[in-house]
Amino acid sequence: MAMKPVTFTLNGLAKAAFTEDGQNLLDFLRRGVGDMAPKYGCGQGGCGACTVLLDGVPHLSCLTLAETVEGRRVDTASGLAGATISPLQEAFMDRFAAQCGYCTPGMLMAATALLAKNPRPNRDEVIEAISGNICRCTGYEPIIAAILDVAEGRVGA
Amino acid sequence: MNPFTYRRATTAPEAAAAAALPGHRLLGGGTNLVDLMRKGVEHPETLIDVTGFSQQIELTPGGGLLIGGAVRNSALAAHPQVRRDYPLLSRAVLTGASAQIRNMATVAGNVMQRTRCTYFADPAASRCNKRVPGSGCDAQGGFTRYHAILGGSSACIATHPSDMCVALAALDATLHLLGPDGPRALPLSEFHRLPGDTPHLETELRPGEIITGVELPPPLPAMRSAYRKVRDRASYAFALVSVGACITVENGHFAEIRLAFGGIAHRPWRATRAEAALRSGPATPEAVEAALKLEFAEARPLDGNAFKLPLARRSAAALLAQLIGETA
Repeated sequence: MAMKPVTFTLNGLAKAAFTEDGQNLLDFLRRGVGDMAPKYGCGQGGCGACTVLLDGVPHLSCLTLAETVEGRRVDTASGLAGATISPLQEAFMDRFAAQCGYCTPGMLMAATALLAKNPRPNRDEVIEAISGNICRCTGYEPIIAAILDVAEGRVGA
Repeated sequence: MNPFTYRRATTAPEAAAAAALPGHRLLGGGTNLVDLMRKGVEHPETLIDVTGFSQQIELTPGGGLLIGGAVRNSALAAHPQVRRDYPLLSRAVLTGASAQIRNMATVAGNVMQRTRCTYFADPAASRCNKRVPGSGCDAQGGFTRYHAILGGSSACIATHPSDMCVALAALDATLHLLGPDGPRALPLSEFHRLPGDTPHLETELRPGEIITGVELPPPLPAMRSAYRKVRDRASYAFALVSVGACITVENGHFAEIRLAFGGIAHRPWRATRAEAALRSGPATPEAVEAALKLEFAEARPLDGNAFKLPLARRSAAALLAQLIGETA
């Protein structure tokens, strides 16, 4: 199977790695590049655990072919924290918005994109923004509360 | 998933030429095709990425809009002119799928998407005439909540899952196609086929033809339009029934009415009988009721989806009552 080089930006850093024909972006990020933040959930585009930002916009990495990110910007939950964790991550901790944690990286990226586009979303807008991300632990309320905490300035102010 | 190669087409003619080759399939956002490849339903050898061109939304000389086939669903829904002049289209797109999927999926891919019939998507354990012609249909007598009540056949009762296409049908949209014989145009309402004995033939697309764009006619003066979707949960679910309508009313009569349904047939269902019965007639609840009865006269509901018949009629009646009220 032919290997092809892919050059792209991952969490602000230039990256180059080889991909195989047909490899999806999720597998490429995890096995090819070593970024374990995006998770494999359903593999069908149904659960959102693999959500990453492609040029700032949420995409399902399990349904995205690795070759299509050539020259583009990919952001994952690995890039959220700097010297300290981000306000969104802090709010998720404060609200116990992660239990098993498997949906969390996808939730964080969906929420990051929402807040970048709409810094003051209302509750309905938060719910719509994370409706493609399935959580089987929390019942969603702590996650919604955490995102609203950031939106309404209760965290990271 | 079978091994395949990936390459990009940079122009529509290049993509059309590639589409004619055996084992080649066009790739838009991949939200349907890649999923079906993983499930073993689709087995292309080569994917041709067609997202690198036809990305514009442009005004047509006649005052309509030409939407490129590779425009992403979220970009379509957010476009200022679409929101202003064709709000039902924006609404329909936003009721579909999830934010991630709308960001990825293209307009042409939305038109070309396959049914969400669970038996179709289950090669390991289910028979499907669409997947393997002549093999049988396990949806018949199975779980039919999401299946057709109009236009089905003994071979297939699958539904077309698109919200966007229902709005496009109600807007009288035209598909722009490009093939070996050059470009041609086809009304969206005539593009998807009913299953009959050949449910594996889903559209009128010819070998080597691609969808380059969708044209919307100019909005009618004083047109009112809306889209309503009934589903099992408030977000991220396919329609049980959806309805889109555009009307203009003059002196209490329908000057124009276009009505389309989703979730009930193998194609976005343009309600031509009801439209013909209502056009130029009084815009009253009684007239609407009679026209909808006529439209659904040949409905064949199944055990699992008999609720769709009253649901579709009531949803359409409520939507039209709302629009008539807005014109008063």
